[in-house]
Amino acid sequence: MSDKETKAGKTAAGAALAGVPPEPGAPKQDAILSATGVRRAFGGLVAVDVEHVEIQRGTITALIGPNGAGKTTFFNLLTGFDRPSKGSWEFDGRRADRMRSYQVARAGMVRTFQLTKALTRMTVLDNMLIGAADQVGERMWAGLFPGLWKKQEAENQERALALLERFKLIEKREHYAGELSGGQRKLLEMARALMLEPKMIMLDEPMAGVNPALKQSLLEHIKDLREDGMTVLFVEHDMDMVHEIADWVAVMAAGQLITEGTPDQISADQRVIDAYLGAHHDAAQH
Amino acid sequence: MDWQFVFSQALTQAIGPTMLVYALGAIGLNLQFGYTGLLNFGQAAFAAMGAYGLALGVVAWGLPFWWAVVIGLGAACVMALLLGIPTLRLRADYLAIVTIAAAEIVRRLARATVWADTTGGSDGMRGFSEPFFALIPWDRESTWTLLFVSMDSGRLAVDFGIFELQYSYRDTWIMVVGWALVLFFTGIMALLIHSPWGRVLKGIREDEEAVRSLGKNVFAFKMQALVLGGIIGAVAGFLFALSRANVQPDTFTTDFTFYFYVVLILGGAARIFGPVLGAALFWFLYNILSQGLSQAIRADVIPPSVLDSTQVGPLVFLLLGLGMVLLLIFRPQGLIGNKKELLFDVR
Ligand SMILES: Nc1ncnc2c1ncn2[C@@H]1O[C@H](COP(=O)(O)OP(=O)(O)OP(=O)(O)O)[C@@H](O)[C@H]1O
Ligand SMILES: [Mg+2]
Repeated sequence: MSDKETKAGKTAAGAALAGVPPEPGAPKQDAILSATGVRRAFGGLVAVDVEHVEIQRGTITALIGPNGAGKTTFFNLLTGFDRPSKGSWEFDGRRADRMRSYQVARAGMVRTFQLTKALTRMTVLDNMLIGAADQVGERMWAGLFPGLWKKQEAENQERALALLERFKLIEKREHYAGELSGGQRKLLEMARALMLEPKMIMLDEPMAGVNPALKQSLLEHIKDLREDGMTVLFVEHDMDMVHEIADWVAVMAAGQLITEGTPDQISADQRVIDAYLGAHHDAAQH
Repeated sequence: MDWQFVFSQALTQAIGPTMLVYALGAIGLNLQFGYTGLLNFGQAAFAAMGAYGLALGVVAWGLPFWWAVVIGLGAACVMALLLGIPTLRLRADYLAIVTIAAAEIVRRLARATVWADTTGGSDGMRGFSEPFFALIPWDRESTWTLLFVSMDSGRLAVDFGIFELQYSYRDTWIMVVGWALVLFFTGIMALLIHSPWGRVLKGIREDEEAVRSLGKNVFAFKMQALVLGGIIGAVAGFLFALSRANVQPDTFTTDFTFYFYVVLILGGAARIFGPVLGAALFWFLYNILSQGLSQAIRADVIPPSVLDSTQVGPLVFLLLGLGMVLLLIFRPQGLIGNKKELLFDVR
């Protein structure tokens, strides 16, 4: 991808967010995801209580917040892996709060897990291939007739190998995923999610445990996704990283969305500093 | 004592009718447990669906043989759906509990006195296998020889010089049909497992959440595996009933299911030929031990004060159990399993 194109995607994202006020729940020009009144309580503990949030299409949005803020729980709710106590949301113009997790993925919102879920007793390549959508050979009866799906399989394989190349896993393609290191599993999971060609990808701490050099190239990949028109929502604790790639930042603390804004606005926001310090303060008391 | 006889007998059994029943049941279980990770502890009940479907169809309802076969297969399907719908969305152990209970319920229903007029109660049923044996394409007088294989008045003999395998007229037919079924289903499994469908099943075995996050309807895949595995279990039930020419409720206990598991683990779970090899080895070991011990007692090699003939059965199971434990310690992947796969933590 040329530099010029790279700029194009970033500029478009910047322009789309230009007039948005740095306030929680701020409306966006063209929201791909829009959630209202999402609440999830575990017994007495309210893990998520988000009044309203919109994610601008074609941008990279970071979701930050101290440990236990409810980021993963919010991901789980949006992707159908957990059920909210109440709340509703739309994805790409369709009501998504009643969808099952696999339907959410098919609708184009694909997530990765904070604790990686590599399919350990399958090869890296099989991990990739299982990600491809709309496979004819995944119908039981069609499995009996390789002629029906061999061609599609070859195409998927080509795509899988290209992605593995990009994520520096190509040498590992015939290895079991269980043989990969923690960081490599993170990479595999992200590459596998891309096999679905999602509209929006939700990454839960994709950089955790990835070495700095590879981290840099991963950042470039994520920027490339934006150029491909994909929307990225990712959870990250490293603010330098957030500054480098995010167009927009949403901050959660104690289950609530406390503020939103550009990375620069967020770094200067006293509420964010308080939230982090507060959390540290709490932690220190324990 | 006649070692040659003992060995010939054990070999005869190792590829004989009963072994084929175990192989078929384990093929179904391999799809469910080996590839998909479904804990079906009710495979005996699926076999019972086949066996009783056939027997009831022919004897009680007077249907043609093939219609009775369809009933057996249909019953297995229905049972898989009934057991799967409430449990397959839940954690894996729920299916285990429900299937083990359902298998016991099926057996109790079969031996219940309420409808004993129809089902024969605890005595079971007979008289349904005639149409099957009427299909034998050679007659009882057939006699021929081809190299070391010969047929003498409808009976098959395979002469290896030192050992001779012999099968009765009916057993020979059971074996022809049984081996055809085993090869057929093994072939189907090979195709399915190497297809994208099979890949999803293996993914579900590893981590179903991950597979869900990739847009797969995990519930539907699990249900398909449960139904297909159950249908193969019913086919095992047909063969079992036909080879004995009767059905009896108390042959479908949980032990029967556990033999399928033993066979599968012995041969190697998640291997295409695991069930067949496991069934042959299991049934060979069982027969060589019980025949060997019985012969040794008869020939006074083992004095009656040490072991009498009524103790042979329990002792054989004890030895097989011990063997199973040793297998799990020293070769947990089974005969042809992949050791490497077992090294990874599966949560
Ligand atoms: N299954 C659960 N049962 C009970 N409480 C839960 C459960 N899952 C999460 N919680 C609680 O909900 C809160 C939010 O957890 P969550 O995992 O969403 O935090 P997070 O923002 O992702 O944190 P981190 O940055 O450490 O990953 C925590 O207080 C946690 O203890
Ligand atoms: Mg988290």
